[in-house]
Amino acid sequence: MAKRDRLSGNEAVAIALRQINPDVFPAFPITPSTEIPQYFASFAANGEVDTEFIPVESEHSSMSAAIGASAAGARALTATSSCGLAYMWEELYIAASNRLPLALALVNRALSGPININCDHSDSMGARDSGWIQVYAENNQEAYDNMVQAFRISEHPDVKLPIMVCQDGFITSHAVENIELLEDEEVKGFVGEYEPEHFLLNPACPMAVGPYSVSDYYLEAKRSQAEGMRHAERVVLEVAKGFEALSGRKYGLFEAYRLEDADRAVVMIGSAAGTTKDAIDELRKKGEKVGLLKIRLFRPFPADAVADALKNVKAVAVMDRAEGYTNHGGPLGADVMSALFRAGSNALAVNIIYGLGGRDVRVEDMEQVFADLKTMIEKQDAGETYRYMGIRE
Amino acid sequence: MAADISKLGLKTKWQDLTEGMVIAGAGTSREFMTGEWSSVKPEFIEEKCRQCLLCVPVCPDSCIPVKEMKRAEFDYDHCKGCGICVKACPFGAITMEGVN
Repeated sequence: MAKRDRLSGNEAVAIALRQINPDVFPAFPITPSTEIPQYFASFAANGEVDTEFIPVESEHSSMSAAIGASAAGARALTATSSCGLAYMWEELYIAASNRLPLALALVNRALSGPININCDHSDSMGARDSGWIQVYAENNQEAYDNMVQAFRISEHPDVKLPIMVCQDGFITSHAVENIELLEDEEVKGFVGEYEPEHFLLNPACPMAVGPYSVSDYYLEAKRSQAEGMRHAERVVLEVAKGFEALSGRKYGLFEAYRLEDADRAVVMIGSAAGTTKDAIDELRKKGEKVGLLKIRLFRPFPADAVADALKNVKAVAVMDRAEGYTNHGGPLGADVMSALFRAGSNALAVNIIYGLGGRDVRVEDMEQVFADLKTMIEKQDAGETYRYMGIRE
Repeated sequence: MAADISKLGLKTKWQDLTEGMVIAGAGTSREFMTGEWSSVKPEFIEEKCRQCLLCVPVCPDSCIPVKEMKRAEFDYDHCKGCGICVKACPFGAITMEGVN
């Protein structure tokens, strides 16, 4: 029996972790993710979990300890935000290249500088090429549900890659919503026991993890790593199917909201999708054919499926909550546009940078985006394809 | 098997590499001929050696085998030619080009 509760996104993720009962959780606090290890530490202190909770001295250490634990054969994770993720950079690549299943509860926050504690996606977007799977949540319910599904994806024998479970700092991490939780036993049954084929603490087969790869091996090693990523899309969908059977909540690679007959679409990631849905509902009442494609799985990027979902739109705005400093847009824009190009799309496409450093996104802002898309279609010209939303100038 | 190292070699296809490049099995570093890295090698002059064995523990690569309390010839398969043993020998029983 599912139960309803009023929870912040951080509380929801911490409860998911209590239900998962991982083996090792090393952590170092950083706003706005601090509450996740904080709540979890109280679960550990109260004996509600069997987890080895390790307060370490930095994020460099928390990820290193999680990697060590995973290599040893444990189910491990950590949590962080912003500069904490930046400080894990070296280890992110090590976790992925060693094909170690583990999870990172990431609460998205702007990277310095200027120093800022609020939401944007610059932290995880910077880590997009590290070889981690990345899933994003729109709201607290999705943050909880994604966490419950994470280890099944990461530990799948065809994947064996670390997974970053992202939610928007403060907007979902600290805002309280009424959400539906699974029973502890249901989560336990769904996640299952972690039984790695090979692990350091296996006396029957001693092994070395992370050996030096000379030039004769490195290229092949990276190709071998990519093979895990190629299976991730299928496994994400398989796990989502099992989760739907358990919870009744449906997940995919992305959510297509009123997109089927839309001639204008917004593509975005995270909490602002909720605001965009409100804008869409308002415009739909007026008969405007507008829709949303909300990315859930950003790495690997489901390019073919995204292009297919957008095949009938005449104009699309790709919204990036991170700069790319390419002089032509952000990371999501680059991926979506290349997907459209390869699919031979004729849609007019713009890339809009928005919401940096926690800048509020209002329904009116998104209505304006759809109005701008309308103008583009009328003029049959995308105009400036690299824009900032709501910038004072 | 994801950790089968039996096929590893310079001609190995990516499909045959171990997952995450793990090396399963113990003591496999013996098969790695690090001696190929060196450009110069130490030479053991047996008649000058008094078997004090000071050279043995300073070798970073355990390349000076000891049998019945006597050191034997260098293990050139693994000696990287660092020259530390030359410095450690009080009797000039080890020489190497470029090391005094």
